[in-house]
Amino acid sequence: MRTRNIFATIATVASLSGMAGLASAQGIDDPRRADYFKVYEGKTIAFVPVTMGIDLTEGWASVLKKQADTLGMKLEIRDPHFSADAGAQAITSLISEKPDVLIVHNPDVNSYAKLLKRAEAAGIHVIQVNMRSNYNSDVYVGADWIGIGEAEMQAVVDRCGAGTSQKVAILQGQPTSGSDSGMMRGAQNILDKHPEIKLVANQAGQWDATKARAIMATVIQQNPDLCGIVGFWDVMDLGAAAAIKESGKSIVLVTSGGGEQMACDNVANGVFQEEIAYPVLQQGQTLTDMVSTVLQSGQPAGKEKIVIYTPPLKITKETLHPGMCWSAKSLKN
Amino acid sequence: MTQEKIVFLIVIALFCVFSLSLKGFVSPGNLLTLVRSVATLGILGVGMAVLVIGRGIDLAIVAIYAMSAAWTLHLADGGVSIPLAMLIGYLFALSAGVINGVLIAYVEIPALFATLGMASLVYGFARYVLVPLYVVYMPASASGISWIGSGFLFGVPMPILFFALVSLLGFLFLRFTKPGRLIYALGDNFAAARISGAPVRSIVVLQYAISATIAFLAGMITATAVASMDTNVANSSLIYDIILVVVLGGIGLSGGRGGIRNVIAGTLLIGILLNGMTIMNVQYQLQNVIRSLILLIAIVIDSLLNPRDEQIDQQGDI
Repeated sequence: MRTRNIFATIATVASLSGMAGLASAQGIDDPRRADYFKVYEGKTIAFVPVTMGIDLTEGWASVLKKQADTLGMKLEIRDPHFSADAGAQAITSLISEKPDVLIVHNPDVNSYAKLLKRAEAAGIHVIQVNMRSNYNSDVYVGADWIGIGEAEMQAVVDRCGAGTSQKVAILQGQPTSGSDSGMMRGAQNILDKHPEIKLVANQAGQWDATKARAIMATVIQQNPDLCGIVGFWDVMDLGAAAAIKESGKSIVLVTSGGGEQMACDNVANGVFQEEIAYPVLQQGQTLTDMVSTVLQSGQPAGKEKIVIYTPPLKITKETLHPGMCWSAKSLKN
Repeated sequence: MTQEKIVFLIVIALFCVFSLSLKGFVSPGNLLTLVRSVATLGILGVGMAVLVIGRGIDLAIVAIYAMSAAWTLHLADGGVSIPLAMLIGYLFALSAGVINGVLIAYVEIPALFATLGMASLVYGFARYVLVPLYVVYMPASASGISWIGSGFLFGVPMPILFFALVSLLGFLFLRFTKPGRLIYALGDNFAAARISGAPVRSIVVLQYAISATIAFLAGMITATAVASMDTNVANSSLIYDIILVVVLGGIGLSGGRGGIRNVIAGTLLIGILLNGMTIMNVQYQLQNVIRSLILLIAIVIDSLLNPRDEQIDQQGDI
């Protein structure tokens, strides 16, 4: 009996070690692998940006495209070209086409709110990126605008302390957008704490560098001792920078943007004193993670309320290092 | 009292009100800033005026302005030498203008439709084939031409000097050259001009070539002023502002009347409004309301003082 037991044990151990040897020679199959790829097969991801062709949307799209290609999904981009009407039409037709995930970049907080609700009611997972609407969908991925507004205003306040005129100006983009309303609140939070800082102008440049230049030229003319400008988007703020350069004065310009190479170059050249960036490729990565999450979770659309703020990246002459920014040009190749 | 005089009076009235109520409005620095901020608008207005006087219109002027400059910057960024990049950009603008003219003069498509189509074509083609990104930045290698938009001569910003130069050339062309005088004839009565032997077709082509040339110049000024070109301006309301400057100044869309002076009056009105409201820190939406109200008032006063006559009724506006 005893001998037989020992014999059996030895046989078991031998066969187990034999199996182990077999496994290490041929690898171990991951039982979840097949399911993983099955989740994505034939799925459609739709993306409705404010417009294609700017660093932000091109950056996100490139990361989404890579994910879709690798996992056998279809990425559909509907470019409304800065027109909220065209965007609303695109979303309406997408609702009937039923993609599995809809990624939306809102032009303002109202335009798409009802449509996004309808999309989720129709069973489409809605992910909002960077500019949100009043409707909270499954996921928001993007900048923490209030935090960025606070950081920007703080950066200007730090440089415009006692001994300067303590006059600052704000250059908004489009006051009704999700980003501006947040940044404005953040800036106001800091201003409330610093009653000595005088806000002498608060104007909107409509994301357009030419308009920004004209507005800031007038503001500087009117307040020759202006100390600092808080700009809400680096691409537009190049216009403010041109106005500062023409005035020949040294005025602090703090901006925010997607952390494209242009931002690093301009911080290096001293055109911007600081940029609070929301690195676009990192946002794209989070977007793809969220696409995976909503598809794998198996939850119906509209159940989750996930918010992921992109960690801000502070670009100044001191923090600047090679590779800090990403290049929109390299995406094309 | 003509519309031009009405607009001039409104300009003077606004100027007086702002001078008295806004501190620093009349300072020389602010006045330069004021004119500077509308210089590009004025330059494009001159280009449009040359067409509208001849009873034409160019809805593609903004697309040509934006895309020719954007392509020039993009070429320079890719290593093409600056003069060559500018030449290619200009030829692009010019060919769009000449095609416009040929479509209108020889194929006899109404200017409104031909240029509307050309606007989409220029923008779409350039974005699809020539300029991959929405906003094109000026490369460091192009710093040699940054004086065009951001330089000064005798303390006056270059864009203002270009506005003055283009206005002067436009004035001389319309007043003293044969094609210039014929443009008035064309606008006043196209059939009569043709019957009396004017080379109407080649003059139409010339007009659109001129407006494209002016558009390219304005584009280079904008691009070098802010070190970038935002191609989205082609889809903006700028085209309406340009037509507004022209019509507001008193150049009727029915053609044959007006001159460069009218463009300057209209441009100054817009400039004073924008500048005054920025100084007063008026909210953006309210600015739009005030601006449109003043423009409507100017047009209403004009139609009260100058009722439409039989001739206009027969010909109709565009």
